[in-house]
Amino acid sequence: MKIFGYQLPAMSSLILWGILWELVGQFELTFFLPPLSAIFSTLMEIGTTKVFLKALAETGYAFFVGTFFAIVIGIPVGILMGKSRLIDELLLPWVNMFLSAPLTALVPVLMVLFGFGMKSIIITTALFAIWIIVLNSRAGVMQINRSLIEMANSFGASPKDAFFKIYFWAALPEILGGVRIGFIRAVKGVIIGQLLISIVGFGALFELYSANFLMKHFWAVLIVLFSISFTIAEFLAHLERKVAYYAARR
Amino acid sequence: MSNNTNDIDNAVTVSNVYKNYGDVEALRDLSLDFPRGQLTSLLGPSGCGKTTLLKIIAGLLPADSGEITVNSQPVTGPGPDRAFVFQDFALLPWATVMRNVAFGLELRGVNQSEREAIAEKYIGDVGLKGFENSYPHELSGGMRQRVGLARALSVDAQVLLMDEPFSAVDEQTRRKFQEDLLNLVKNENKTFIFVTHSIEEAVYVSDQVAILLPRPSRVSEIIRPEGFRHKDATSIRRDSEYLDIVDRIWASLRTYVE
Repeated sequence: MKIFGYQLPAMSSLILWGILWELVGQFELTFFLPPLSAIFSTLMEIGTTKVFLKALAETGYAFFVGTFFAIVIGIPVGILMGKSRLIDELLLPWVNMFLSAPLTALVPVLMVLFGFGMKSIIITTALFAIWIIVLNSRAGVMQINRSLIEMANSFGASPKDAFFKIYFWAALPEILGGVRIGFIRAVKGVIIGQLLISIVGFGALFELYSANFLMKHFWAVLIVLFSISFTIAEFLAHLERKVAYYAARR
Repeated sequence: MSNNTNDIDNAVTVSNVYKNYGDVEALRDLSLDFPRGQLTSLLGPSGCGKTTLLKIIAGLLPADSGEITVNSQPVTGPGPDRAFVFQDFALLPWATVMRNVAFGLELRGVNQSEREAIAEKYIGDVGLKGFENSYPHELSGGMRQRVGLARALSVDAQVLLMDEPFSAVDEQTRRKFQEDLLNLVKNENKTFIFVTHSIEEAVYVSDQVAILLPRPSRVSEIIRPEGFRHKDATSIRRDSEYLDIVDRIWASLRTYVE
């Protein structure tokens, strides 16, 4: 963006909001918002403590295992739904239902089914991410140029070849979009899981800090979480741009 | 001109083929023979089922009844004896020219070095040398169809099925394609089945023109433009027999054009 002929650096708005935050904090307008600089120094303090690193590891583990399953199940299911009218008719109502369902309300049920441990947290994370991945993969397959499929058939492609060499690649721009949104939803899922199921990881830290009005600590953890999901989302957006050259020309 | 094809070896035969789309009768009792080593055009107004017939021969669509044979073997699906050239090129947009041309061989399980050597030869043959690592979106429409053609040639099928292959390229490129196609028919010793809606194009490139009439589709006439086949590519368009046949076909088709 340009203002008065000056090229603004990337993420200028973040800098602006950061300055505003610092000012509000320095004037001590509300205990809810300590100065940003104080939050960062708190982050430096707690960032190397065992408690924090353990929480980071627990959260990271649940997050990556959960999204891993969301991706390896979600993408093939979505592609199959796009390919097969029958599978689509069978699964689409469920996918749409779970996409809009308040999954948080389901967490107690998951606890009954899968216990109070890591397993339930991972499943919660996967459930937050998977539906949008399924729907996007399906949408990607549904817009494939029919003649690409006829071409593969005319050269005798096996179903496996058609799946991995045509459907997957043709749907890849949409799939990556779905995975990106799925990751962002999974961040929510993992924290909700950690808050509701067993108080571990970042969820436990949030619980601890907010209950004791340790706002600097609360914000510090939130900023770490934001940075992680922002980095992942940007990385996937970068991958999306890499396939954009053919997204418009399928 | 003659309609006598009895003494000719047919690469492809279509006998009594019926095809309905729901209530719409697309093909009714259609029979047609395709002599080996020659180019046969399927010509007709839009909606006459010429692409349907081509896809049935390709094995991409099933016929409701009737029989199609390629080299006397009944067609039950796509096979290595046929290769298809698509109207919209059907190239993989995420793959280079090299991979696209070799893709037919890749699907048939030919190993990479072997298929790339074959693809390289045909990339050269269609005049795309130097573009091996380009992507389809970097090429013009004409060049993209050359990729599609090279892909079909590289699997070395005896029968080439071409579905309005030149309709999505500009007029000048199209003329060049038509001249190249004449040489291809002469040199490749393959059987070509060529769908077009252009009368001039059909007469220019074909050994045999099958005129299809619509709703339901049937072969109304088979014309064999023979008098000018030996002439060189550039003088055919001024040949009087060529012009007469074009006029005659237009006279029989014009009543079917809305």
